[in-house]
Amino acid sequence: MTTVEKTGNRRLSPEELERFGAEMDAIRQRIVADLGEEDAAYLRGIVAKQRGFEIAGRALFYLPVVGWLPAVTCLSISKILDNMEIGHNVMHGQYDWMGDPDLNSRMYEWDNVCPSDQWKYSHNYIHHTFTNIHGLDRDIGYGILRMDEDQPWHPYYLGNPLYAFLLMVFFEWGVALHDLEVENLVAGRRTLAENRPLHRGILRKVKRQALKDYLLFPLLTGPLFPLTLAGNATANLVRNIWAFNIIFCGHFPAGVASFTEEECADETSGHWYYRQLLGSANITGSRLFHILSGNLSHQIEHHLFPDLPARRYPEIALEVREICERYGLAYNTGRLSAQLFSVARKICRYALPGRRGAQAGAAAPDRVADGTVAA
Amino acid sequence: MSIAGTLLRSRAVAALASPHGVDRYLELVNPMWAAHEVRARLVDIRREVDVPGEPAVATLTFQPTSTWRGHRPGQYVQLAVDLPGARRLTRCFTLSSAGSRPGERFAVTMRANPDGEVSRYLVEQAGPGQIVHLSQAAGEFVLPDHVPEHVLFITGGSGITPAMAMLRSLLLRTHRGRVTFLHYARSPEHQIFRAELEQIAATGYGVDLHLVYPEQGGRNFSPMELERIVPGFRDVDTWLCGPAGLVEAVRPAYQDPTGSTSEKLRVEYFKPPRASGAAGGSLSFGRAGLSVDNDGASILEQAEAAGLAPTFGCRMGICFSCTATKRSGTVRNLLTGETSSRPDEDIRICVSTPQGDCSVDL
Repeated sequence: MTTVEKTGNRRLSPEELERFGAEMDAIRQRIVADLGEEDAAYLRGIVAKQRGFEIAGRALFYLPVVGWLPAVTCLSISKILDNMEIGHNVMHGQYDWMGDPDLNSRMYEWDNVCPSDQWKYSHNYIHHTFTNIHGLDRDIGYGILRMDEDQPWHPYYLGNPLYAFLLMVFFEWGVALHDLEVENLVAGRRTLAENRPLHRGILRKVKRQALKDYLLFPLLTGPLFPLTLAGNATANLVRNIWAFNIIFCGHFPAGVASFTEEECADETSGHWYYRQLLGSANITGSRLFHILSGNLSHQIEHHLFPDLPARRYPEIALEVREICERYGLAYNTGRLSAQLFSVARKICRYALPGRRGAQAGAAAPDRVADGTVAA
Repeated sequence: MSIAGTLLRSRAVAALASPHGVDRYLELVNPMWAAHEVRARLVDIRREVDVPGEPAVATLTFQPTSTWRGHRPGQYVQLAVDLPGARRLTRCFTLSSAGSRPGERFAVTMRANPDGEVSRYLVEQAGPGQIVHLSQAAGEFVLPDHVPEHVLFITGGSGITPAMAMLRSLLLRTHRGRVTFLHYARSPEHQIFRAELEQIAATGYGVDLHLVYPEQGGRNFSPMELERIVPGFRDVDTWLCGPAGLVEAVRPAYQDPTGSTSEKLRVEYFKPPRASGAAGGSLSFGRAGLSVDNDGASILEQAEAAGLAPTFGCRMGICFSCTATKRSGTVRNLLTGETSSRPDEDIRICVSTPQGDCSVDL
């Protein structure tokens, strides 16, 4: 169990938690009151760029050979923008206040094989409410990986690095199948009948995505069919790899705490904020990097305020860091390479059973990581 | 546009534009290009009533996209506009022009309601070129295909708008029968379409026009007065539109001794009837985890009073924007008086009031 203590953080007293929560609430209120034209213009600008990249990508496939790499690049950027800065954030309801049905969480459908309504349930509700609580948050290892020492070891987990690699390559499919809770199916905690209503939605979405990417657009390029098909598949792959890496840096780097159900019983709003803060990690980078990551590089701010427009996270981050310093809490951030290395280590380490002694040792890197990220 | 339109609406193009839809791409090139949705550009705005210190009334003429299917006089349209602050709001407005064919211009007449952000923005701030988002025209408050020999309109205030659209259409069609137009307004200065009505009255054309100003000595509605103007009015096809007070005064006049209302009377509320549900019991909002004492107002009003901000549109039960799921309890429809107790039922919260304990997913 990566307890709060093992991450080198301290527990806040109930009074501190209340003040901490009030400070977070104040940030939210200030941002909500300030939402307006600039946020709308930003999102509509990103949407226009995404559509531009998409059309350019589809068109460049008509240029034999020399057009292929630029086409794949444009289409990959289009899919990344669509899924992350637009889709993920719009489906969180971050822009619902605009009242635009095309940018509304209830209406938006994204360019990948997971049906948005199913994703919203498992992500917005389950993951964001029960973040990093063992037994409640299925995003701890996604039901297939061992990402925390509290998950009991089983010989199956020897394949941890392999599963992670496969999940990366087939990430959109993993996300689509996430709601079927295959691990619970295998364990007998869930029945096939419970999944039946989900099958139709997944199949319909998969059909639509496959039809355009793997049949219609390739057909439209005539003799270049195989090249276009390969290009579309590559763009989906690039998006898969990118999204996987960004998302795995959100909760799995060393120094991120996990919680028990007992700790979170009758949770106050202050403790909820505290858990979101210690259960998430950021990635540093340029403005372009933040946009391409859908601002999930600000995972901490995203988890504190999942329904505020992501473009506000950088300005919120300054305040959150200052608050963390005052309360003596670590603010887990680092370069992409550092966070990825930390995640990769974890994937490999937890492939093996933890010994009593090793467990004590396992805590040490967490603290070391904290030291570096605090910088 | 027809070949291009057919192509753009084809299943093949829909499959290529999935999951966003072809309109999401067309609008980026030109907001007036659409394959499915309806948008319109404001081309003209004319003040109908401009009394200092009073909300102005204006007629706005729109050029719709080719996707507009046209309208029948008396129908309304849902109109959404991006207000300053990037908030899009939708409201219902009555079409005041005589009728339109697909893709044709149409007009909407509205009062800049002091509490109405959309009407105030459109009347006071919007200018030609403003883009709005529309539904198709809807509503059953229209003339039948075969117009009866005698048509009676009874209207009050802004409720004149759908009747005016029908009257204009009758004049265009050179309707040969009789038209009786009975309208109640505050004063001649507050009279919408005043010049046009006076002209219609002067030229005759079989329109029997009665403009009544009760605040200036005109008589309030009474069945006897109506009988004097239109003998045997219960057998005359009647279109009634106005504030709840007028509707509640006229409707009983059309009831026979058994209490059933004559089928000749067609009613459109200009404003929704005041919620007159029974107070009592508790109203709980499941998602918000809140519970309030039911005060008899509409669920939408009670939710807003409790600090919630449910989505809404027309606030009069026609646009379905506010539809929410009622988990349990009984609700009464304020428009029809019907009650319903089915669990997990979709209700329009703007025209539903709880009857005793009720739980809604808000």
